[in-house]
Amino acid sequence: MGYTITEKILMAHTDLKDIAPGQLINAKVDIALGNDITAPIAIREFRAAGGKEVFDREKIALVLDHFTPNKDISSAQQCKAVREFAVEHGVVHFYEGGQVGVEHALLPEKGIVLPGDLVIGADSHTCTYGAVGAFATGVGSTDLAAAMLEGELWFKVPASIKFIIYGRLAKWVSGKDLILHIIGRIGVDGALYQAMEFTGETISTLPMADRLSMANMAIEAGAKNGIFPPDAITEEYVRPRAKRPWKFYFSDPDAVYADVIEIDASKLEPQVAFPHLPSNVRGISDAGEVKIDQSLIGSCTNGRIEDLRVAAGILKNRKAAPHVRLIVVPATPLIYRQALQEGLLNIFMEAQAVISPPSCGACLGGHLGILAEGERAVATTNRNFVGRMGHPKSEVYLASPAVAAASAVLGRLASPDEL
Amino acid sequence: MIFKGRVWKFGDNIDTDAIIPARYLNTSDPAELAKHCMEDADPAFMSKMKPGDIIVGGENFGCGSSREHAPIAIKAAGISCVVAKSFARIFYRNSFNMGLPIFESGELADAIAEGDEIEIDSATGVITLSGSGRTFNISPIPPFMEKLIADGGLMKHIARK
Repeated sequence: MGYTITEKILMAHTDLKDIAPGQLINAKVDIALGNDITAPIAIREFRAAGGKEVFDREKIALVLDHFTPNKDISSAQQCKAVREFAVEHGVVHFYEGGQVGVEHALLPEKGIVLPGDLVIGADSHTCTYGAVGAFATGVGSTDLAAAMLEGELWFKVPASIKFIIYGRLAKWVSGKDLILHIIGRIGVDGALYQAMEFTGETISTLPMADRLSMANMAIEAGAKNGIFPPDAITEEYVRPRAKRPWKFYFSDPDAVYADVIEIDASKLEPQVAFPHLPSNVRGISDAGEVKIDQSLIGSCTNGRIEDLRVAAGILKNRKAAPHVRLIVVPATPLIYRQALQEGLLNIFMEAQAVISPPSCGACLGGHLGILAEGERAVATTNRNFVGRMGHPKSEVYLASPAVAAASAVLGRLASPDEL
Repeated sequence: MIFKGRVWKFGDNIDTDAIIPARYLNTSDPAELAKHCMEDADPAFMSKMKPGDIIVGGENFGCGSSREHAPIAIKAAGISCVVAKSFARIFYRNSFNMGLPIFESGELADAIAEGDEIEIDSATGVITLSGSGRTFNISPIPPFMEKLIADGGLMKHIARK
């Protein structure tokens, strides 16, 4: 019997000759990630366990991206603790200040995570790296501590759900709309403990930026990981970035799946997830009249240069509606610089946008774009739980950069076709 | 172990932003986090609950972020254990790793009401409702997890190896 890509990558990181869903295994970790919120607890646990040295200073990534630029004294203390640990242990992939980007945009961009890798991160959106054909999953701080110490961790081998997606995407329909549609269809626990494997003719031509957006939100369906079979698009993305060898894994034709779901993507229109669950999804034509106070374009889901190009294409020679706060967050310094050189930042400023430094702050209601009571935001982010972006009585509508840009101009949820 | 306490009932998909909102994550101090436990699901929760009480949730309890601050806040608040129909996987992992007892029971969440008193015997895998004496079964904990708990969590488990 054959194996799925997820099973093959997990098995390759053990000494096992066979592997099956449900099995508990210990597997070697290629990259272990933490940020300014989760790493402080991991460091405390690491020290409490008598940790003297990290298992490999080149295989740990510490990214200070959540409450940075430091939002208050407590946040500054947390960053300081992580910085001191990084210096003490000579952690190679340590990012802060002008080098920091939103971690799940930064690590693929720098070629730190590669096809065939086993990546764990103390951040739930670590599943993003499945876009390049890696097994990547979010864990807690204690797991990060164990991985930094031992270089391996326990895993339960997940069963896989195969998504076969076919049909040509309509104008303004992106990977974000595909994943919102899928979560709307299977629910926020539709893939609980499982792997989501994205295949089919639509996927075979889907650009890397869209794949990253889709894998990013696998966790919003409860999945352990999301993964794409690597191909020429993966090769083109990885080759100029990688500084070490990588390996492509593919599911066997006779691999076993818990479920196979087919999706005709040609019928999709831009999607919006209404409050307060990412599964509360409607087509934009069914959105009705929803006035907004803020439009946020950015995050690990949609803060890449391709996303900013789409938004700028819509915002060019237009302005955000009166009393709508448009916030654009280039996800990494490289993306920021590209947006500057391509003239996108100028378009955003003409549209009266605030251009934020790379940060996760606004997405998780930390800082740099908090909502007041009763306010509504359309956001290109990944979560719209109660209080996610601010006051418990505020609302978040999840959508693509195209919808967020059009909505900013019209002051209500809108498709770019309405402009 | 025996856990006995008053039940605080929550619905499906209680996410980690509801358990401990991100606005309080500029610290990892358990006592500070505990002050805001369940705040966005029930703002009065901490003024009502008593140490030893039990949280009962529906499907997918603890979904969302990987923040270990969520089980830390619940544990530091004095909640003795959490029972739910199902748990989100990172929350499930985190709870075992840092020693917050959690139990899966499909029937219990539907059958009991807020304020009921229950007794959980983790050794026999039986939950008993005080008063009526009605019993419910807990899904068994995998042996690997039992060992992890017996060792006192993941880091102590590693230290013992």
